[in-house]
Amino acid sequence: MLKPHRHHPLWLAYMLHRLSGLALALFLPVHFHVLSMAITRPESLDHFLSLAANPMVKLMEFGLVFLLAVHFFGGLRLLVLEFLPWSPGQKSLAAASVAGAFLISGTFLLRAV
Amino acid sequence: MLTLGLYMAQRLSAMALAPLVLGHLAVMVYAIQGGLSTAEILGRTQGSIWWFLFYGSFVVAVSIHAAIGLRVIVHEVTRLRGPWLEIFTYGTGIVLLFMGARAVSAVTML
Amino acid sequence: MTGMLEVSVWRGSGEEGAYESYQVPARENQTVLDVVSWIQQSVDPSLTYRYACRVGMCGSCAMMVNGQPRWTCRTHVKRVLERGGLRVGPLRNLPVIKDLAADMDPFFDKWVKAGGVHPPSRTRYQPIQPVRPDDPGRVEANKAIECINCSVCYAACDTVTGNPDYLGPAALQRAWTLFNDAKVQDRQAILDGVSGAGGCHNCHSQGSCTRFCPNELDPLSAIAGLKRASARSFLKQRRQEC
Repeated sequence: MLKPHRHHPLWLAYMLHRLSGLALALFLPVHFHVLSMAITRPESLDHFLSLAANPMVKLMEFGLVFLLAVHFFGGLRLLVLEFLPWSPGQKSLAAASVAGAFLISGTFLLRAV
Repeated sequence: MLTLGLYMAQRLSAMALAPLVLGHLAVMVYAIQGGLSTAEILGRTQGSIWWFLFYGSFVVAVSIHAAIGLRVIVHEVTRLRGPWLEIFTYGTGIVLLFMGARAVSAVTML
Repeated sequence: MTGMLEVSVWRGSGEEGAYESYQVPARENQTVLDVVSWIQQSVDPSLTYRYACRVGMCGSCAMMVNGQPRWTCRTHVKRVLERGGLRVGPLRNLPVIKDLAADMDPFFDKWVKAGGVHPPSRTRYQPIQPVRPDDPGRVEANKAIECINCSVCYAACDTVTGNPDYLGPAALQRAWTLFNDAKVQDRQAILDGVSGAGGCHNCHSQGSCTRFCPNELDPLSAIAGLKRASARSFLKQRRQEC
């Protein structure tokens, strides 16, 4: 159970940023290792890549892209908070416009694929 | 546990990563159309100085960024500090840098 | 409001202790401090807690109320009651002396360590330095001068929990106030004081400090200000070395 002093959006944003960062950092060595198979063992890389057709793997891929996107936007939020001394109103507007842009381009990409 | 120097390395690497991550996301969306294969990946990336520079700088920035991020989590969760914390930070960074360099050279060098 | 309140209060010395239940008469108007005082005066005179002014000036009565740090003298029971009950404990992130009295030493030690003592730039024999109230630095410094050192932000901060060296929101906000004070000459000394192992760069912007500050101050933004100022001086120093 979440302790009562943590029940607010900024704390949850912090935890999301930390967990997504941790997961991405743990995924990195695996990602690097698989890619380096391209020269050492191309046939095992091909076998590995063919797994991507599996719906479970598709879901995990989606999860990774989601983590990357979440960490990306969470990081931008922190950089803005720390380095751009804007008023809270301006920040909400900026966040809303980024979210809107993401929504529109995301829809576009989904249609394109 | 961050001092000013580590903080700057963390934030500057984050600023470098921001456009690189956007590029990587775009590449992923493009590349997975019609499935993935080794030949397809290598056909696109092998022998290209631009892909080498793009993913090379990605690997350098992400190794710094991830090593410092993990350092903070490890310190706050396990209370690890002193020389062991430094060894952990630099060790993580060097391992990531080495593995990343291997991956980038595997897919971009002829 | 009539009837009884179900109040559990932390009892114990040092690290040992447990919550004990008390029945306290409910009143139409009643603060959490009233409830604690009623228990001490009517049930158990050995209950230890701390307060002085009872009007939100002195900053000595802060406690954890239903898991959240609060100034108890200005917290109405009605606003924090959960299922007819209250759970009152000593402040988080500080050692407990006894019952509801936390040891404030680490909090004040860090206040001093972050440069909380004003370093004057003139002696008493020199004329007073005029400060314009609408000067941007003064406006920024004014934002935090109502801090009453209650330690609510310190108790709310999970970065303090994870990193015991971390100076904490109140002390860092004080450093930001001094940094913007026209009467302080050595700005770099202030930045150096908050750039060490426990300095402002450890803040994760969880924002619990700003959310819980009873005086509605904004330590989160003050710490962001310190990060910005120290980053700027870091880059400037690098450029000079090149």
